Amino acid sequence: MSKKIVSMNVNGKKVEEAVESRTLLVHFLREKMNLTGAHIGCETSHCGACTVDIDGESVKSCTCFAVQCEGSEVLTVEGLAQGGVLHAVQEGFYQEHGLQCGFCTPGMLVRAYRFLKDNPNPTEDEIRVGMSGNLCRCTGYQNIVKAVQYAAKKLREDAHKPVTA
Amino acid sequence: MNAPDRKAALQGMGDSRLRKEDARFIQGKGNYVDDIKLPGMVHMDIVRSPLAHARIKKINKEKALAIPGVIAVLTADDLKPLKLHWMPTLAGDVAAVLADEKVHFQMQEVAVVLADDRYIAADGVEAVEVEYEELPVVIDPFKALEKDAPVLREDLAGKTEGAHGQRYHHNHIFTWDAGDKEATDAAFKSAPVTVSEKLLYPRVHPCPLETCGAVASFDPVRGELTTYMTSQAPHVVRTVVSMLSGIPESKVRIVSPDIGGGFGNKVGVYPGYVCAIVSSIVLGRPVKWIEDRIENLSSTAFARDYHMTGELAATADGKILGLRTHVIADHGAFDACADPTKFPAGLFHICSGSYDIPAAHCTVEGVYTNKAPGGVAYRCSFRVTEAVYLIERMVDVLAQKLNMDKAEIRKKNFIRKEQFPYTSAFGFEYDSGDYHTALDKVLDAVDYKALRAEQAAKRADPNCPTLMGIGLVTFTEVVGAGPTKMCDILGVGMFDSCEIRVHPTGSAIARMGTITQGQGHQTTYAQIIATELGIPSEVIQVEEGDTSTAPYGLGTYGSRSTPVAGAAIAMAARKIHAKAKKLAAHLLEVGENDLEWEIDRFKVKGNAEKFKTMSEIAWAAYNKPPAGMEPGLEAVHYYDPPNFTFPFGIYLCVVDIDKGTGETKIRRFYALDDCGTRINPMIIEGQIHGGLTEGFAVAMGQLLSFDAQGNIQGNTLMDYFLPTAVETPHWETDFTVTPSPHHPIGAKGVAESPHVGSIPTFTAAMVDAFAHLGVTHLEMPHTAYRIWKELKAHGLTH
Amino acid sequence: MIPPSFDYHCPTSVSEAVSLLSKFGGEAKILAGGHSLLPMMKLRFAEPANLIDINKIPELRGISEEGGVIKIGAMTTENQILFSDLLQKKVPLLPEAAKLIADPQVRNRGTIGGDIAHGDPANDHPAIAMALDATFVLQGPGGQRKVKAVDFFHGTYMTDMAEDEIMVSIEVAPFASKTGYAYHKLKRKTGDWATAAAAVVLKMSGNKVSHVAIGLTNVAPTALRATAAEQLMIGHEITSELMDRVAESVRAICDPAEDLRGDAEYKTAMAGEMTRRAIAAAIARCQ
Repeated sequence: MSKKIVSMNVNGKKVEEAVESRTLLVHFLREKMNLTGAHIGCETSHCGACTVDIDGESVKSCTCFAVQCEGSEVLTVEGLAQGGVLHAVQEGFYQEHGLQCGFCTPGMLVRAYRFLKDNPNPTEDEIRVGMSGNLCRCTGYQNIVKAVQYAAKKLREDAHKPVTA
Repeated sequence: MNAPDRKAALQGMGDSRLRKEDARFIQGKGNYVDDIKLPGMVHMDIVRSPLAHARIKKINKEKALAIPGVIAVLTADDLKPLKLHWMPTLAGDVAAVLADEKVHFQMQEVAVVLADDRYIAADGVEAVEVEYEELPVVIDPFKALEKDAPVLREDLAGKTEGAHGQRYHHNHIFTWDAGDKEATDAAFKSAPVTVSEKLLYPRVHPCPLETCGAVASFDPVRGELTTYMTSQAPHVVRTVVSMLSGIPESKVRIVSPDIGGGFGNKVGVYPGYVCAIVSSIVLGRPVKWIEDRIENLSSTAFARDYHMTGELAATADGKILGLRTHVIADHGAFDACADPTKFPAGLFHICSGSYDIPAAHCTVEGVYTNKAPGGVAYRCSFRVTEAVYLIERMVDVLAQKLNMDKAEIRKKNFIRKEQFPYTSAFGFEYDSGDYHTALDKVLDAVDYKALRAEQAAKRADPNCPTLMGIGLVTFTEVVGAGPTKMCDILGVGMFDSCEIRVHPTGSAIARMGTITQGQGHQTTYAQIIATELGIPSEVIQVEEGDTSTAPYGLGTYGSRSTPVAGAAIAMAARKIHAKAKKLAAHLLEVGENDLEWEIDRFKVKGNAEKFKTMSEIAWAAYNKPPAGMEPGLEAVHYYDPPNFTFPFGIYLCVVDIDKGTGETKIRRFYALDDCGTRINPMIIEGQIHGGLTEGFAVAMGQLLSFDAQGNIQGNTLMDYFLPTAVETPHWETDFTVTPSPHHPIGAKGVAESPHVGSIPTFTAAMVDAFAHLGVTHLEMPHTAYRIWKELKAHGLTH
Repeated sequence: MIPPSFDYHCPTSVSEAVSLLSKFGGEAKILAGGHSLLPMMKLRFAEPANLIDINKIPELRGISEEGGVIKIGAMTTENQILFSDLLQKKVPLLPEAAKLIADPQVRNRGTIGGDIAHGDPANDHPAIAMALDATFVLQGPGGQRKVKAVDFFHGTYMTDMAEDEIMVSIEVAPFASKTGYAYHKLKRKTGDWATAAAAVVLKMSGNKVSHVAIGLTNVAPTALRATAAEQLMIGHEITSELMDRVAESVRAICDPAEDLRGDAEYKTAMAGEMTRRAIAAAIARCQ
């Protein structure tokens, strides 16, 4: 089958690769880009373990083709930490024991990242609804809620910190 | 630093320290099987049967082989010369690796396609053509035992002796019993009150978020086989692979890397693993196989499918005199149950529960049907989910019959604190427990009296839009398999192991024979060692899962890690501790009797200034051992537990059922667990949340059903109920601590308790909601649909 | 898990998309949000030789009000509907329903046009569109035409849209003041299709019903408009006896497919129950 060249920004870096039209974005990221953070937990678009951020939106990367992301900005879990400093959501999941086996975690983190950008001061119910596209079998979600609350608080506090000269 | 600060700095036993393994997971740097890429690796995908029972007439590989990039297509015929088309199971049966002349269940493996990448492998699978001749299908295990039922296992024709005794029918696998039949029958004959109930524990599936898979890599130059595998028992797999392949065990390496949840789904050896290994040996290249979710739900180890009849005999005022139970166990097409060899029904005979029952007897009959093999999985502790469900349901049935309060009847029948260690009518020696204290704690915490009053008021109000139910379960489970005299897997005793090596500069590395799948062993195991040896848990490296480096162990399932490996860890650490004491005495020039241990150092009694820390001792071990002492500071211990352990819990659930739709709101769930000594309360709480959530899913929505043609239903995540954060209730956790007297650190294990205990709690609450209408049992799952039917039957709907 | 091969086309105008459809006949499928299509392709239930990606066509996007009509581009996503100030003010039934469709990630891709054009009785927008008396704007080689929602659905996966047409936009009238509305969807969990759902738009005149529209999801081969039930209500006060008759009338037109969500009796009963609850909620809103 003929391949197409697709070009996009992944975690801030421009990438250009030959893919089949049918290559799913999740396989493009995991196999071609060696970014194995996004995981595959189902084939019916239910579990959310493959969630990435495309052009400012949370998207299940198993349900779009790489060719659909031509020119897009794609953020994966590997792009959350900046300069070796963990993002507040990563810090929150660590502090609040929001993970056990870790398989759902990258999808949870990338989703929580966007959720908090859209809703910086959420209620518990809003968090549960906001994270309802991501399944977890280990934690029962209770500590994930606390992790997101931790991150929300940290992001609000960091936003109010005076900028050092 | 003062003593409390030094203790805190260790972050040892009892500390809710954050997890050491998190760093890689939160940065997307976990190493799961599908993350592994080896040079020259090819991909394998599986052709599966669309039919539940059929003869294979012809397999046409041509179209598949014509696809560019398809390397090979293998069937049972290709495995026959290697005698690998069938493989032994953990239960003394055989299972097909690739269907040999007939298929026994829908989605059974028929052929494998090897290709350059997974996309081409999938194209290859679609292109393989298989001709079938349909055979009559058997789905109902009761019908399977009828005289003229279709023969499922033609390969067992004429074999009247199975692995577990006589087989009395071509679809019968075994009959197993425990307890005293005569005494029990006598108790029932003379009892003033008897109750009986049919209880189905339906077929469900553990469904970990990561499916099963393997990367098999045979090195033809070295003659060595390495296989990365989603396995909860890598050493056992290594032994089995060596036996099946003929490659010496020393040249077989199984690696369980990071595993995305196991829950018992990843204990057995699946055809996919065997075919990947065979393919790698044949091709001399690495072969990756990763199943998808439908394959996982349809063909890997399911759980339960126990058709139970429970009976209790009692006095008129609710004292239980006898327990009797009979089970038809639907094992699917092959008996692949992951049980210790001598226990074809696992530890089901814990079904006398938390109660002092003088006479008891249980019988379990295994049956073949046209379904995928399995049965023992899903946080079950070897059928303890079934056993606890049975006894807790029966106690409620008895309570309702006698119009007794469900908490009162339990108090009346509890094994009392003074009776421990307690030997049950089935021969289990319960190590420790204090059920009365725990129950009172829960009833107080939820204000049980007020709940019952509220329920009474609501029952009296015909306009109340909901039915309110209160479910109470007081369970004891048995974990920590187990003493080698009783427990073995394929002949290997169920001990476990730990090897610890302290480095010259005072940090340490430790390896165990278990394998974490999210339970936090890298943290909790380090915490045990930290307290035993006075080395901060932060600098104790814990490794599991690589059979080339870890000492032999039986793996992680059945909540056995803390009871067995945890004990091995403590014992190995104590060997080091004993050597360290000798070294300290030598360095301080005193006798060992002059020394006392305090947190992280040996001090000379009465002279606080003279001490040696473990760190200093470690350095000395490598350059200043006394005459006659080996250098180094390490130990290994293989621990054969003297007994199982018996964690227990008290769970209470309040439900409100919407009369209009049948939907149930879990208003409150209070879970008190006693797992003995608590290593890391934060991790325990996380395990409880997870087990309760899986229990909620089982009780309220999960089911793998089959139609009359044997087509499996509900085998995608569209239908198989995995609750999101929205459906999942808020959990309240509590605890008591009753250490196990026979365990070196008094710990019992906990991770399966919330699953074992919560499922009957939900059913109890649902039944309790209808109890005033004479309902004594409701079958799981308690979906809105089923509950609405029950509401309608009682005239409660519009 | 792996979709079959196909040729990928990414037009940038509606006319380009239409001519591609004409060119390939039945050998092409439209790729809108893709969250119905890709799962089917990954399970190899659908194997189209060509995919026409309409995500890069600007004419298909946007929500606006022109000449007293609310125009919603067919490629408007569920989240765009959910967060639209204009719709929250003028057609609040749509954001209310969007909240109950799928999950947050799927709502970033799933589109109102895709949800409607698929002809799947389990989708939510058809019944909602019927309750809103919406009009669909279609474009084919012969130009544009309009079809009312109540005339659009012919059977399961069968709509009035031809093989060479695509949906361009959905037109609805803004709500008059004091219009009550509700969408009540019974489902097993977040992200599930409806066991049964009812969309209600309602206006009162004094204490009598002056307008009511009831749309039903997933209880027949297509979405349903419960006109007989509506007729029972127009000009009458709401009483519990009337609600019983309305529920009965709703049940009478149901013909649901039996599946793991329930049998016909349950789903039919739930259509009645969801209608009751949606009417009660709509009344509370129109005060």
